[in-house]
Amino acid sequence: MRRRKLEEWIAKALMLFSTAFVGICLFLIIGTVVVKGLPYLDWDMVTKIPDGGYYFGRSGGMLNAIIGSLYVAGGATVLGMCISIPVALYLNVYLKKSNAFARFAKLAFDVLFGVPSIVYGAFAFSLMVYLGVRASLLGGIIAVTLLVIPIMVRTLDEVITNVPKDLKEATLAMGATRWEMAKVYLLQIKTGILTAVLLAFGRGVGDVAAVMFTAGFSDNIPVSLHEPAATLPLAIFFQLGSPIPEVQGRAYASALILTVCILIIVSVSTILTNKKRK
Amino acid sequence: MKIRLLKDKVIGTGMLALSVLSVSLVLLIGIGLYLRSLPILQQYSVWELVTSSSWRPMKGEFGFFPFIMGTLWVTGMSILIAVPLCLFTAIYLSEYAPASFKRFFLPLVNMLAGIPPVIYGVWGVFFIIPIVQRYIAPHFVEFSTGYTVLAGGIVLAVMIFPLIVSIVVEVLSTIPKELREASLSLGATKWETVKKVILRKAFPGIFAAIVLAISRAFGETIAVLMVCGNVPIAPQSIFDPAYPLPALLANNFGEMMSVPLYDSALMFSAFALLIIILIFNIISRAILQKIEIRNA
Repeated sequence: MRRRKLEEWIAKALMLFSTAFVGICLFLIIGTVVVKGLPYLDWDMVTKIPDGGYYFGRSGGMLNAIIGSLYVAGGATVLGMCISIPVALYLNVYLKKSNAFARFAKLAFDVLFGVPSIVYGAFAFSLMVYLGVRASLLGGIIAVTLLVIPIMVRTLDEVITNVPKDLKEATLAMGATRWEMAKVYLLQIKTGILTAVLLAFGRGVGDVAAVMFTAGFSDNIPVSLHEPAATLPLAIFFQLGSPIPEVQGRAYASALILTVCILIIVSVSTILTNKKRK
Repeated sequence: MKIRLLKDKVIGTGMLALSVLSVSLVLLIGIGLYLRSLPILQQYSVWELVTSSSWRPMKGEFGFFPFIMGTLWVTGMSILIAVPLCLFTAIYLSEYAPASFKRFFLPLVNMLAGIPPVIYGVWGVFFIIPIVQRYIAPHFVEFSTGYTVLAGGIVLAVMIFPLIVSIVVEVLSTIPKELREASLSLGATKWETVKKVILRKAFPGIFAAIVLAISRAFGETIAVLMVCGNVPIAPQSIFDPAYPLPALLANNFGEMMSVPLYDSALMFSAFALLIIILIFNIISRAILQKIEIRNA
């Protein structure tokens, strides 16, 4: 009996330790970024593009990278939505659950979900070489679109599966065609779509490996799809590699900006999901 | 009436086309990368590329062994650190912790799941590297820069914490309450219930979570690039630097055009990453199915 109690006690201690450890690590990350980034954060960082000599510690800001990231992630999310909503609806509404293609497709999206973003980047890059597109906003958008499609399809798939079955039966019993049923579903999953969009957008803003060779880098805000675009994570990476403390500090400040953006996106989507559950 | 049916058909066909196209993406990526890595595959056999450890692109020697080992060491390290910690955390959250703590902790974990890898890399450079260099490595080796397998493993482990914790908590919450009550009423302690009833029941879900975490750690690029040291020699201990495959790809992409076969060699590494992920996914799926059949 004593031994069982002891085991219980040890297990509990291990659990408390693990939880504390995980919690502290995660807090440390946010803490590091805030403590190191805050002193270097000023209005210039978010309202100006880099001046000449910015990367040697002179004045300027990261507006080019912020806007670049928004363009890339925004473009990719819109394109991804145009593809993933029809796909998710088709697989779940048009096809039966037992349909071989539907099952195969879900497996394929699971696999695609696990494919590293650097592989998407490399593939998009070869595609661009083949099509004669140079590193540009367009290239970045293509690479990130490939990356977010499986994320969105999987999220939407889950949302659609949670719609009560009665709805499908009731709609069909009224004599609706499958497309009319799909429209009913669309109304039901409105918040789910928003969650998927936010998730994809967050992933697109934060990803480096996919845009590294496809979007290029530039000190200007891109005005057309064929211009190279800077992205925020890549800018952080470059600046952190600099030996100049001032530039390194700006890397931390950029990291803080990125973290805050992501946290806002994630909070909104969490709140939305919780609301839906109630 | 006819118009409605026509609309149904036309839209259905369009959706089918989109679905087929996006599903065949796996194939397209595979074929695309394979075609681009053909030049090097025609000169060397896959076996040669994978087992040779000399990496001198200028002389035309492309050995991927150090990079493959680097990837395996760092991924293995991160899983070793993350899995036990995350399992204990998830069990605590779902079985022991007061509901209010769970309500506070879980959303935080979910939020952190969205933090981009580059932030983890920044944290690794600022926080983990100095700790490894000053406090951990000196006890074991004479000199270390801190940029090691260990540092990479820690950073990756922290990166996959939120992923594993949130999935496992979700899995544990689907286990029926009756099972717990039955076990407890037979006189088992709470820990015995967890160990012998809940974990057994939740095993397929936990397994799936770990698989997902491994593929995330395996393909992670920027965070490992920043903290692993990037020396193309196969690591012998956790205090050696490593150079994982994705980091190789990311580091050399811009400069590869001038050296013959270099470009093709890098594409081969992307192709290899894709194939390894595919095989890994298929094997784990097969195992999962077997477990589920046995449990049912």
